[in-house]
Amino acid sequence: MARKPEKKPDVGTTGHEWDGIEELNNPLPRWWLWSFYATIVWALLYTVAYPAWPLISGATPGVLGYSSRAELAADIAAFDAENAPLEARLVSLELDQIADDPEVGNFARAGGAAVFRTVCAQCHGAGAGGAPGFPNLLDDDWLWGGDLNAIYTTIKNGIRDEADPDARFSQMPAFGEFLTRDEIRALTQHVLNISGQENDSTLAATGAELFADNCASCHGSAGTGDREQGAPNLTDAIWLWGNTPEAIATTITNARFGVMPSWQSRLTEAQIRQVAVFVHQQGGGE
Amino acid sequence: MSQIETPEPQLYAKREPIFPRRVKGRFRNLKWWIMGVTLAIYYITPWLRWDRGPNLPDQAVLVDLANRRFFMFWIEIWPQEFYFVAGLLIMAGLGLFLFTSALGRVWCGYACPQTVWTDLFILVERWIEGDRNARVRLWNDRWSLRKWRLRLFKWAVWLLIAVATGGAWVFYFADAPTLLADMLAGQAALVAYISVAVLTATTFFFGGFFREQICIYACPWPRIQAAMMDEDTLTVAYRDWRGEPRGKLRTIDNADQGDCIDCMACVNVCPMGIDIRNGQQMECITCALCIDACDEVMDRIDKPRGLIGYLAATDEAAERAGTPPRKVWKHIFRPRTVAYTLIWGAIGLGLLVALFIRSDIDVSVAQIRNPVSVVLSDGAVRNAYDVRLKNMQGEARTFRISIDTDDVLRLSIEGSEGLSVVVPPDSTYNQRMYITARPQDAAASTARTALRLWVEDVQSGDRAYADSAFNGRVQ
Ligand code: SF4
Ligand code: SF4
Repeated sequence: MARKPEKKPDVGTTGHEWDGIEELNNPLPRWWLWSFYATIVWALLYTVAYPAWPLISGATPGVLGYSSRAELAADIAAFDAENAPLEARLVSLELDQIADDPEVGNFARAGGAAVFRTVCAQCHGAGAGGAPGFPNLLDDDWLWGGDLNAIYTTIKNGIRDEADPDARFSQMPAFGEFLTRDEIRALTQHVLNISGQENDSTLAATGAELFADNCASCHGSAGTGDREQGAPNLTDAIWLWGNTPEAIATTITNARFGVMPSWQSRLTEAQIRQVAVFVHQQGGGE
Repeated sequence: MSQIETPEPQLYAKREPIFPRRVKGRFRNLKWWIMGVTLAIYYITPWLRWDRGPNLPDQAVLVDLANRRFFMFWIEIWPQEFYFVAGLLIMAGLGLFLFTSALGRVWCGYACPQTVWTDLFILVERWIEGDRNARVRLWNDRWSLRKWRLRLFKWAVWLLIAVATGGAWVFYFADAPTLLADMLAGQAALVAYISVAVLTATTFFFGGFFREQICIYACPWPRIQAAMMDEDTLTVAYRDWRGEPRGKLRTIDNADQGDCIDCMACVNVCPMGIDIRNGQQMECITCALCIDACDEVMDRIDKPRGLIGYLAATDEAAERAGTPPRKVWKHIFRPRTVAYTLIWGAIGLGLLVALFIRSDIDVSVAQIRNPVSVVLSDGAVRNAYDVRLKNMQGEARTFRISIDTDDVLRLSIEGSEGLSVVVPPDSTYNQRMYITARPQDAAASTARTALRLWVEDVQSGDRAYADSAFNGRVQ
């Protein structure tokens, strides 16, 4: 900065000249050149050691036999081995003791969350909030019971799964075949009435008689449902298919119900227990 | 086209070995001091102890990667407080700007680890092999028993320093005494051995053999630092108007003769192997050793010191015309450096204030939005929240949680009957929390009700809050 750099006396030019501008010859250090060659050699060795060269079906495997799939499989095996004792404890405990054991409890919740995301979220939603026809698992209303054992059985055997003889099964007749439209309309008004919603009281009075004849055997005379049969409580604020008069009338006419697969053939005992604990813990468990 | 008369250009050149001569003087002394202090700080710091009680490490300066904490004496930095580290980095950057704009590449010349360790390695080399002339002779000698002995001894000492350097680094990341014992017993983590090995190898190679090549070819700083300098910056320069024409002392007894006696002392001491008399060069790290060397010569031949000195471009013309050099502080205090200092100070002050007002409770709330709300069988509406509580103290604390809204909302905490949570010492704790509005409450049918969540330490009464909202049943 103090002065213009002078041309070092021993620096020649490369002999190149453009419009009177000459190029000084400031050679790169030799180690730089050798580092460059070394990187080339490294690259070649690397492609020999690791999978690299593309062939028609796949790539050269590399002499080290490295593969990310094998590595993943080894990782999974290692984790499985690490979890095996926890899993054994999980399976040996009574369901309601699981949460009390901090280690197993954490293992169950974390594993259950993973199982839920994999197989349950498709119907019940990623947050377990359900959708019309698919029960919300966060609320306090349970068709078949909300304690750990009930949840466990539901997951294990499914609902209305023809393939599993132990599956929970509830069957509501399609009343469209027995009752007239007017009768169904009256029944609807009665259901609205017992659940504390706006209704036509004259129609509802007619509906009450029809209810006692046709529905009370399953839903109870007060309409509070029966968990033994999976008959929903009609007096609460929770509606699987909606609480509008149209939705209720459709249900009475066609008797809609959902199906849940039985998971015992697809999940391990430990996984079923894990997901049961997880669901139970989501705020609705009894 | 000019006829090619120059020899065939050489595209790659062998490194010219440099044998810096010993020098004495004020800048050399300053450099010794800085070397001693920086090395001492580096090697000793991890061994300083600091009692933090039973649950926390007793190391004064520790980067605890596993628990994501940074301990520095009484200060403990959590990941969310990373702005402290960012602030310190910005201050370091501004400090570098400040020094560079005032004094050129002083960082390179005095404090850069590459310079400090190279200096140390050269010191060892000089101790074992002798000063410049002896080293040049040894370099040119055939490989004899003596040469082997000297070389092996030198490399062994270098290796010792390198191992100590690589070793010191890992102690910043784990409890030093435990790690040392583990390493000696062969039980430390593989990453510790690898770190030590890599740092040992780089220290040995960069300090012993690569030296100025790093500064010239590998380091980006010289280019960046040059951009922070201006014509007021003091840099090391040769006063050619005083020195030229140079000539051997006494051989030319000529009134035109300048003060430079061409003794090459300045060149021989230069760790970068350059001749400062050729003007400012990119290679120069402003270590000022050539100033010391030339001043010594000037003293001997009874000429005033300062033939080579710290000099700014703005003064060049004046000095050339014969006015004495301006005072150093006049170069250093100028708007640019003052501005850097002010910003630097402001950030420092900000960090200090932040350090003293920070709370050792921290709470954040994430509302669960999938689903947004849940209707219960009695028609009540419930929202779920994930509350993250941080207890930055060494003992477990009980926090009471409460909410603050215009509306009647009920709070409940998962897995607990009450409304308090015990957070383990020095950790972050996740707690699921529910807020419920009864069917008749306004919030149940309002789309969004703002609320504030308070967390209070039951013992000390310290409080912290986080804002969130309640989502009603939207029809
Ligand atoms: S020229 Fe002088 S200041 Fe620059 S690197 Fe060499 S000895 Fe140091
Ligand atoms: S040390 Fe001073 S007198 Fe000797 S060659 Fe360098 S500038 Fe000239």
